[in-house]
Amino acid sequence: MHPAYSVIVFTCASGAGYGLLAWLSIAGILSGGSAQPFAFGLAAFGLSFVLITVGLVSSTAHLGRPERAWRAFSQWRTSWLSREGVMAIVAYAVGGAYALLWMFGGAGGSTLFRAFGLLTFTSVIVTLWCTGMIYASLPTIRAWNHWLVAPLYVGLGLMTGRVVLNSALGFGYGAVSTNAVWLTLALILGAWIAKTVYWSQIDDAARVWTIEAATGLGSFGKVRSLDPPHTQPNFIMLEMGYDVARKHAERLRAAAVITLFLVPAVCTMLLLNDGASLTVLLTLAAVVSGGIGIGIERWLFFAEAEHVAMVYYGRDAA
Amino acid sequence: MTTLPPPSAKKLGLVIDLDTCVGCQACATSCKEWNGLGAAPLSDYDVQGADPHGTWLNRVHSYEVGEGVEGRTVHFPRSCLHCETPACVTVCPTGASYKRAEDGIVLVNPDTCIGCKLCSWACPYGAREYDYAVGVMKKCTLCVDRIYNVTFEPEDQVPACVRACPTGARHFGDLGDETSAISKLVAARDGFDLLPEFGYKPVNKYLPPRPKHQTEMPVIQPSDAEAATAAAKFFAWADKMLSR
Amino acid sequence: MPASLAEPALDLSVAAGDEVKCTTCYMCACRCGIKVHLKNGRVRYIEGNRDHPVNLGVLCGKGAAGIMQHYSPARLTAPMKRLGPRGSGKFEEISWDEALSLAAEWLGEIRRTDPKKLAFFTGRDQSQALTGWFAQQFGTPNFAAHGGFCSVNMAAAGLYTFGGSFWEFGEPDWERTRYFMLFGVAEDHASNPLKAALGKLKARGVKVVAVNPIRTGYNAIADEWIGIRPGTDGMLVAGLIHELLRTQHIDLDYLVRYTNAPWLVFEDDGSADAGLIARDGRGRPLCFDKKSNALADATMPEIAPALVGTFKLADGRTARPSFQLMADRYLGAEYSPEKAEAATGIPAATIRRIAAELAHAAFEQQIQLDIPWIDTHGRRHDKTIGRPVSMHAMRGISAHSNGFQTCRLIHLLQILLGSIDCPGGFRYKPPFPRPTPPPNRPAGKPGTVKPMTPLGGAPLGFTQGPEDLLVNAKGEPLRIDKAYSWDAPLAAHGLMHMVITNAANADPYRIETLFLYMANMGWNSSMNIPAVLRYLTETDANGTYRIPRIIYSDAYASEMVACADLILPDTTYLERWDCISLLDRPISDADAPADSIRQPVIEPDRNVRSFQTVLIDLGARLKLPGFVDAGGAPKYPGGYPDYIVNHERAPGIGPLAGFRGERGTAYGKGAANPDQLNQYIANGAFHRHHLDDNQRFYKHANKAYLDWAKSIGFLTTSDPIIFQLYLEPLQKFRNAARGHGPIQPPDSHRVRIERYFDPIPSFHCAQRRSSEAEAAVRGAAAQVEEAFPFCAITQRPMHMYHSWGSQNAWLRQITAENRLYIHRTRAEKLGLQDDDWVWITSAIGRVRGQVRLVDGVNPDTVWTWNAIGRRAGSAALDADAPEATRGFLLNHLIAELMPEREGGYRFSNSDPITGQAAWYDLRVAIKKCVPHEARETWPRFEPLRLQQTRLT
Ligand SMILES: Nc1nc2c(c(=O)[nH]1)N[C@H]1C(S)=C(S)[C@@H](COP(=O)(O)OP(=O)(O)OC[C@H]3O[C@@H](n4cnc5c(=O)[nH]c(N)nc54)[C@H](O)[C@@H]3O)O[C@H]1N2
Ligand SMILES: Nc1nc2c(c(=O)[nH]1)N[C@H]1C(S)=C(S)[C@@H](COP(=O)(O)OP(=O)(O)OC[C@H]3O[C@@H](n4cnc5c(=O)[nH]c(N)nc54)[C@H](O)[C@@H]3O)O[C@H]1N2
Ligand code: SF4
Ligand code: SF4
Ligand code: SF4
Ligand code: SF4
Ligand code: SF4
Ligand SMILES: [Mo]
Repeated sequence: MHPAYSVIVFTCASGAGYGLLAWLSIAGILSGGSAQPFAFGLAAFGLSFVLITVGLVSSTAHLGRPERAWRAFSQWRTSWLSREGVMAIVAYAVGGAYALLWMFGGAGGSTLFRAFGLLTFTSVIVTLWCTGMIYASLPTIRAWNHWLVAPLYVGLGLMTGRVVLNSALGFGYGAVSTNAVWLTLALILGAWIAKTVYWSQIDDAARVWTIEAATGLGSFGKVRSLDPPHTQPNFIMLEMGYDVARKHAERLRAAAVITLFLVPAVCTMLLLNDGASLTVLLTLAAVVSGGIGIGIERWLFFAEAEHVAMVYYGRDAA
Repeated sequence: MTTLPPPSAKKLGLVIDLDTCVGCQACATSCKEWNGLGAAPLSDYDVQGADPHGTWLNRVHSYEVGEGVEGRTVHFPRSCLHCETPACVTVCPTGASYKRAEDGIVLVNPDTCIGCKLCSWACPYGAREYDYAVGVMKKCTLCVDRIYNVTFEPEDQVPACVRACPTGARHFGDLGDETSAISKLVAARDGFDLLPEFGYKPVNKYLPPRPKHQTEMPVIQPSDAEAATAAAKFFAWADKMLSR
Repeated sequence: MPASLAEPALDLSVAAGDEVKCTTCYMCACRCGIKVHLKNGRVRYIEGNRDHPVNLGVLCGKGAAGIMQHYSPARLTAPMKRLGPRGSGKFEEISWDEALSLAAEWLGEIRRTDPKKLAFFTGRDQSQALTGWFAQQFGTPNFAAHGGFCSVNMAAAGLYTFGGSFWEFGEPDWERTRYFMLFGVAEDHASNPLKAALGKLKARGVKVVAVNPIRTGYNAIADEWIGIRPGTDGMLVAGLIHELLRTQHIDLDYLVRYTNAPWLVFEDDGSADAGLIARDGRGRPLCFDKKSNALADATMPEIAPALVGTFKLADGRTARPSFQLMADRYLGAEYSPEKAEAATGIPAATIRRIAAELAHAAFEQQIQLDIPWIDTHGRRHDKTIGRPVSMHAMRGISAHSNGFQTCRLIHLLQILLGSIDCPGGFRYKPPFPRPTPPPNRPAGKPGTVKPMTPLGGAPLGFTQGPEDLLVNAKGEPLRIDKAYSWDAPLAAHGLMHMVITNAANADPYRIETLFLYMANMGWNSSMNIPAVLRYLTETDANGTYRIPRIIYSDAYASEMVACADLILPDTTYLERWDCISLLDRPISDADAPADSIRQPVIEPDRNVRSFQTVLIDLGARLKLPGFVDAGGAPKYPGGYPDYIVNHERAPGIGPLAGFRGERGTAYGKGAANPDQLNQYIANGAFHRHHLDDNQRFYKHANKAYLDWAKSIGFLTTSDPIIFQLYLEPLQKFRNAARGHGPIQPPDSHRVRIERYFDPIPSFHCAQRRSSEAEAAVRGAAAQVEEAFPFCAITQRPMHMYHSWGSQNAWLRQITAENRLYIHRTRAEKLGLQDDDWVWITSAIGRVRGQVRLVDGVNPDTVWTWNAIGRRAGSAALDADAPEATRGFLLNHLIAELMPEREGGYRFSNSDPITGQAAWYDLRVAIKKCVPHEARETWPRFEPLRLQQTRLT
């Protein structure tokens, strides 16, 4: 599939933004009676909404008719994209209310505050799940139609959100708690494992959609494309015919592992014996590296995905 | 709207005879002509330039199948199959993609489509094409604006591609009616679905190439002796009373 | 259901347009009937006319893209005069009056001095009745249409043999045939009828056998594909004939009735009339009548002509029935299926089986129709008997240098099976059959080409012996293309592919003006394009162009436009009147002669004029007889439509046969009808005359048909048309080559005439012939074949018409670049993969292109789609268009002149009998390119940039 930058930016940025929002909502759920730190709240929520907004705006750049984007909220009964749209707004609204409560709602720990935290958390998770399901629900793209796709969208959202949060904490407080460090490491490790499993499973899965199956001509023998319908690439070929060389993909996967998982993990681990002096730098490095990493991961998510329609255009299988 | 309507009794669709199609592209260009210059144009890009391409609702592939004496070349037109349970409809966030309750035709409403392209991702058959210039999705309409068009003669109330096809390889009709000519044709010729595994239940059917015509004509290899006397025998035979 | 979720309301009954007009398609020469819908003054939709006899409502891929041709950005907009050097593309826009005055001035000067210095050649047009007449009235013999580089082999072989031809003058009886063989056809002129017919044959379960090195299109859907080695079909057919003779499966009754099989032929003893037909005192052919046991007039009825034997003639010489000579030849071991296998690559067993299948279909599945008919001897036949075997063949046969004889062999096969013009067989399209050959001879004999004098007759015709040749006392050609010379004695359509080469080399003489119409001779219709471009643009020592003046009419910015001095821009096919006349290439079917018109459905929005109207205007300015009245005023001031209605070729016979006579009720012959065009329009832009049932079959011997055909001027006599199994005119040329008679070939030509002018077609491998010619410079023929191991041919894509497709926004999306298709196993041996760049090398040059590996091709053959490659900047395309950067032509590799032979003479690359261009004799070598070459095609020529200085 064609790796459209608007969609990559959308899923990465809003994923991290919602992930961050999720951690902030957990903070609320677990909060005690003391007032929530205003400045930190402003910064962290601000960051989260900036990320979400950038993502959502970017997603409309992918639309042919962005001015009609509002219509996308109507078909939540059947469409994961519609559901995602609805949930994104719900999460935005609930999260917004929660943020206001955080900053102006006085002491934490109130039922209302906790309830909004819970609501925010739930809607964020559902939103991320919906985003994942847009892809995971498509039987036409084997690499997406996989049980780990939606969990990975949620997991990577939470992971990248956590890395961003750590950095915010580093900036705000100069320190990240040991628990937070362990939590972050667990998230990274979990996502890493999930992604590794995902990659190995899609690599191993049989490419069952052959040109013989697609044309229904298999009973007559092996099928090969003779002439394409048009000599220059058309929409289907441009959108679905993206080809990434195996070697190149392997290199990019390694880069993704290093930048998305390894570097943030190491930076985070280093926080454990850091005497605060390098916290800002380390957490920031984790964010930058993770940002690059999630971009590569998302790019690969699209670029490596084969669409069955391409077998009509001569791909042997998908 | 993207909730699929209850299955219609009438299932309009096309049947394409792979045994007869010569790959002439008439169905592709006539489709482009009828649909492309009508209410919702099909755009063309870089018309005089290095990358001429455009939006087409019907495309004709050609394949080689098998090898040696068993080998054959098959021309393969491909357009929307007007599936009975297509995800291209259900994934649509806006309701622009819909299946008509009356006859099962799958359409896109160009006035509400946001051009998210998700429906094209959901179609295994590559049957939807995005129109970059207009920003909306296009697809075969089964010429819904022809088949009921009362300004046409009854025999012209068929899709443009069927109307044009010079070999008669394209058939149009109600595949929901088992007694229709087209359903009988499908039954007689073992018409098949493309990628039935997806469960989209295509309405359009393809008729497979027929087995190569094998005659049982006995081939008698003349013996050397026969060959030597053949001419003499022949002239004896030909030297008869023939009346002018 | 909430309203917002309901299905949108659709208006399902929008009319296609606000106006509809019937006319004739011209996206190719098939001439289908179309209905053009207009909306707000623009063309909105074109559909097939269901009532039209050619297409019965269907359209092809090109026809349905006609709108984009009409609105093509490549259309020319105004008359132009060259400003810069030739080929630079710099032009000055001029007025029509200036353009026509200039043309009249140039041509007038030639006509006053030496009319043959005008060479007028036309390409894709369908108005040869007019253009030929213009040349005749002008007085130049140097006229031809494109037939010489197209399919004259088919036309000539058919007309000389049975008075019809595969090329447009006949068709299989699609409704009734039970076995159909297709030789060398990718698309055909009858594009839609052939497609529709194949669809019907498949629906009826009729066996279709396709003989073709390539398995695409029609050949892909055939029941049996025979992947023959190019140029060897003659051997396949001879093998089939061998088998049919051996198994005694031929129609002897048919042969004695309708053919010259019983005609007695003098022994081939080297005398002056050796091998000629023995005739009686009145010139009637003789046969031996077994009833009276005496020689008899072979054309008489109720005799029992012998087909076998040696008979003594009155003067004591001996003669044998031509049939015996023929049977002797093909029964010989030389034409056994095994020999055929060796030449063609088709197993002998397959050849035997197909022969058996043919015999089975012809004789076991005989048809009887309850249609009584009367033959030319007045005998009534209660039933019409049919042998339901039919065949069609085109350029896979004709575009080889042995095409004439191969095509004759196919006709022999049809005739031996008794399947010409019978139910289920191959049927004439009226006005055919014509006599074998048609009686008109080419005009332009020595002394008849004179200033200010029309030619004595039409420039094109049919030679019947050396006396009809257009040669001077030394045996040298009189025509610029050397048609009807010893180079090409039966050149029924001229040799358009040689005009530029010959004119530039002043061989046989220099011309002043080359006048071309609708032929892209600067590109895809020429051989050896690099040389041709030089010929068109080089000057001699005095700075004059080798071809001093070139006038050209095109409708689009083609490669040829850039190489001309004066451009007469034509309209598109939707903007003009045209006439598809029975005097030219008929659109008839076997049951009904038919003709049609084009009417302007939309006014031009540019300063362009229909070429025919321009030619008529030019004729009047030149005051050519027939173009002006007695007072010198234009005879057809209304232009082409005026001419279509009012011109009479013979009294009562004009361009259109329908709606003649004052009230439009006469057919064929009748006074001009001022309302004729309106009546055509009211009838859907065509007219069709249905033959009576008793006229429909055996037209060559059918009294009712022949009498009627004579009465309306199709024929000048109603004599039966006798099939020429044995082609006596060829023997006459042979005898001349052997030193007999007053008109003899130059010594350089004797061997070749002797070898190829066989009255009973003998097989000479076309590829081998070209390698032998090449061998003169390279050693043995076998060495040449080793050096160039592949035959290289082209096919027409069904959706492109020659170079026209690339000026069409839709069609060029389908094919903007081409590949060289090569058999997988051979490619792998050469280390090639899909899309690899290769050098394709022939004896005269090399071309770079990309390959595609396929299975469905004869392994000794490579091929590509024709005319996809374009010169950068032509057809209003950007210089980096794929047509120019990756598309390629094989034409660069095809020599138009063969290497020098003994005596230093260079023959053209043509069939030695007809002069048909031998495009498909090409042999090439394939080699993978080194990486840095693998980017774009080669050769690339200077990009064309058409610059038009505006008229102020
Ligand atoms: N779409 C379209 N239609 C056209 C045209 C066009 O450009 N486009 N051009 C028109 C014109 S001008 C013409 S002349 C006609 C020509 O119509 P065709 O005769 O169909 O033309 P070609 O494409 O030259 O096809 C020649 C076929 O012969 C095969 N062939 C080559 N060598 C041999 C051989 O030695 N033996 C056998 N058995 N087969 C051989 C080739 O593989 C090819 O399939 O088409 C007309 N119709
Ligand atoms: N390698 C190879 N070469 C071949 C062949 C082959 O099979 N292989 N086939 C040969 C054969 S059979 C033929 S017939 C020739 C065909 O070759 P050409 O006769 O050159 O045919 P085209 O390229 O179709 O068109 C000639 C010109 O007609 C112009 N034209 C189009 N419409 C109109 C119009 O309405 N009015 C006017 N005035 N001009 C118009 C086009 O712009 C173009 O420049 O090619 C020959 N060349
Ligand atoms: S129009 Fe008919 S024959 Fe031509 S490509 Fe389409 S289906 Fe095949
Ligand atoms: S073919 Fe594709 S676009 Fe058409 S209904 Fe089926 S899934 Fe939808
Ligand atoms: S592109 Fe249009 S029709 Fe397709 S899913 Fe998106 S909104 Fe629906
Ligand atoms: S039915 Fe109409 S829209 Fe569909 S492919 Fe045919 S012509 Fe095109
Ligand atoms: S075959 Fe096609 S292009 Fe040729 S006249 Fe007919 S519709 Fe037009
Ligand atoms: Mo031609």
